[in-house]
Amino acid sequence: MTRKVGIVGYGAHIPRYRIKVEEIAKTWGADAPSYKRGLELWEKSVPPPDCDAITLAVEAAKRALKRAGIKGSQISSMYIGSESHPYAVKPSGTVVAEAIGAVPFCRCADYEFACKAGTEAMYTTLMLVKSGDIEYGMAIAADTSQGAPGDALEYSASAGAAAFVMGAENIVAEIEYTTSFMTDTPDFWRREHQFYPQHGGRYTGEPAYFKHTTGAAKSLFEKSGTKPSDFQWAVFHQPNGKFPMRVGQMLGFKKEQMERGRLTPRLGNTYSGASPIGLTAILDVAKPGDRIFMVSYGSGAGSDGFIWRVTERIKEVQNITTQTFTLLDEKKVYIDYGTYAKFRHKIIKND
Amino acid sequence: MFPARVAREMPHRYRLEAAKCKKCGAVFFPHRLICRECGHREFDTINVSAIGKLISYTVIHTPASQFKDESPFALGICEFLEGVKITAQVVDIAAADIKTGMDLQIEFRRVQTDGHAGVIGYGYKFVPLI
Ligand SMILES: [Zn+2]
Repeated sequence: MTRKVGIVGYGAHIPRYRIKVEEIAKTWGADAPSYKRGLELWEKSVPPPDCDAITLAVEAAKRALKRAGIKGSQISSMYIGSESHPYAVKPSGTVVAEAIGAVPFCRCADYEFACKAGTEAMYTTLMLVKSGDIEYGMAIAADTSQGAPGDALEYSASAGAAAFVMGAENIVAEIEYTTSFMTDTPDFWRREHQFYPQHGGRYTGEPAYFKHTTGAAKSLFEKSGTKPSDFQWAVFHQPNGKFPMRVGQMLGFKKEQMERGRLTPRLGNTYSGASPIGLTAILDVAKPGDRIFMVSYGSGAGSDGFIWRVTERIKEVQNITTQTFTLLDEKKVYIDYGTYAKFRHKIIKND
Repeated sequence: MFPARVAREMPHRYRLEAAKCKKCGAVFFPHRLICRECGHREFDTINVSAIGKLISYTVIHTPASQFKDESPFALGICEFLEGVKITAQVVDIAAADIKTGMDLQIEFRRVQTDGHAGVIGYGYKFVPLI
């Protein structure tokens, strides 16, 4: 007999600083309207120098614990997916677990798989709970990603985190089906000691994002015997505002199902955080019984798929801590390119 | 030295742990071994609440060399429900918008880094309520 497992608590965190596409385009002599149109994105979040994937993860984790209604000491596993772990050697999860009081009886390792490291952490944690080996585990997706100055990625690479407490009791969103679709695809990479990643230009679209996202989505439909109209909500990896809408429409979803979880136009691409933060925005307004279709994507390349079913308890937790749209839309601080360059250590000084 | 200090300070810097005297109820942040009020040696560990009231602040224009890229920045003292006062940087707000008496909340941030290669010291800072 398999036990029911799912999300017991969730939370997001987003830095307050924003930079507009116009401000970046002005610096590089680029045409802002064509970037905005091409990426369907008008601003992105920027982490100040004292924020990193660990600090964002801690704030998201605190909100997730609050919604779960449990203490940090009840967390028995900590898996964080990121491509911007602050240390090359020393797990981010150690700091986050210490900060929420989950130490010392806590399994921990950091995950890396470009933008799908976070959903892999979610899957692992769900399965640990399902096996009965742990009662509660924490899965976090957090990134403070960088694009090379002047590169198209600079307009989108942003920062944010989402955290999920997985458990078997007091579930707010039960996991019904999962899948993964993964191949060796060289669409995006960063070699050791290189500061910025490189990408395969046009090769990042059709054979990479679309192939894996639709591959995972079709596998989910098959496994579950569902179709797009069975879902109230759908959320996809969102490297820009355009890709998730296009892939959703290819699969047969409608704009209304996808709009709530598509945060990139005003958040940017939070990499590992992208579809997980989108999921938190959906959970903030979802109703009991709603079904959510979710597919992540990570370059390299692979997609993880999830079908969630929202429970009655969602109503009790939606408003007990800060909602994702509040983090997105309130108390924003706009910065110029000079401040952005300083924040992101793009200005090289002598030691 | 820095790694040892970072580790030693984790209970209060990471989790805002304070010590409450089991005899007289006085609260100390960071924790103490002997109660300053009554000399008792047993304490309960409590966590300081996340929101405090700013009772004083100053803006630093010429900080110590490791903080000079952050200048100018505000340093504030907040008072918390538990009766403790905590000093920390006030961030994500322009100095002109800081007002004594305003509520601020604690956020987990990088507080100090030991150069580009050393350990990262995490801790708390004050930010405006969201
Ligand atoms: Zn005492």
